[in-house]
Amino acid sequence: MGMRAPLKNVRGLGSAKEGTTHWWHQKVTAIALIPLFLIAIGCFISLVGADYTHVRYVLGQPFISIVMLLLIVAMFYHLKLGMQVVIEDYIHTESTKVFLLLLNSFFCAIVGLSAALAILKLALGG
Amino acid sequence: MAKIERPLSPHLQIYKPQITMVTSITHRATGIALGVGTLLLAWWLIAVAAGPEAYATVTAFTTSWFGQIILFGFTWSLFYHLCNGIRHLFWDMGQGFELPTMRKSGMAAIIASIVLTLLTWIIAYAMGA
Repeated sequence: MGMRAPLKNVRGLGSAKEGTTHWWHQKVTAIALIPLFLIAIGCFISLVGADYTHVRYVLGQPFISIVMLLLIVAMFYHLKLGMQVVIEDYIHTESTKVFLLLLNSFFCAIVGLSAALAILKLALGG
Repeated sequence: MAKIERPLSPHLQIYKPQITMVTSITHRATGIALGVGTLLLAWWLIAVAAGPEAYATVTAFTTSWFGQIILFGFTWSLFYHLCNGIRHLFWDMGQGFELPTMRKSGMAAIIASIVLTLLTWIIAYAMGA
């Protein structure tokens, strides 16, 4: 027997049944980011004080390119999911919340894809 | 809907800071800081792809005292979020929930993040010198 009042059904609030997927994706990207960041940090350290030609050469190497590309994809997806939770937790004014959630998605898509394009350009020698 | 000002719990101003709570808040704070920091990483990658002039501009910033402070903060935020994130992954597997274990792993995450940050900067300065 349904215990929901008619008003509850009309408003349609409640679980969107997407929570587990959100959580799982956050965890998959978190695990992926551990080795990716360790390699990237090693790469950045090796590039301290290096001249432009060398930096360009290193970032154009296939192994480094793929690590950077995977890092960018996992990182911005992880960031999008994480910031979404922070916004949903602390912002309770509906309009502000929706605005910030959109801003979060757009920020991650724009900055993430711009960084990915830069890596592809270096990798493909454009 | 009518806005009801409900009392918030816990009152952060009068709540005794505990390691579990401090590590949790710091995890979020570093996550947000890293989110802003992605702009720096993106700027750097785009500058390398754009050419020597753009790269010189980004290097001028990252090697300035202000840029170095930002990078140092970024490094620590990253290592803290990484170390404490590993704690979260253990909790997700249902492990390490006992309070003494939680306090120990919290201290371990804090100490490890500081050690890794200092180690990274010592190696970086040794490489750059």
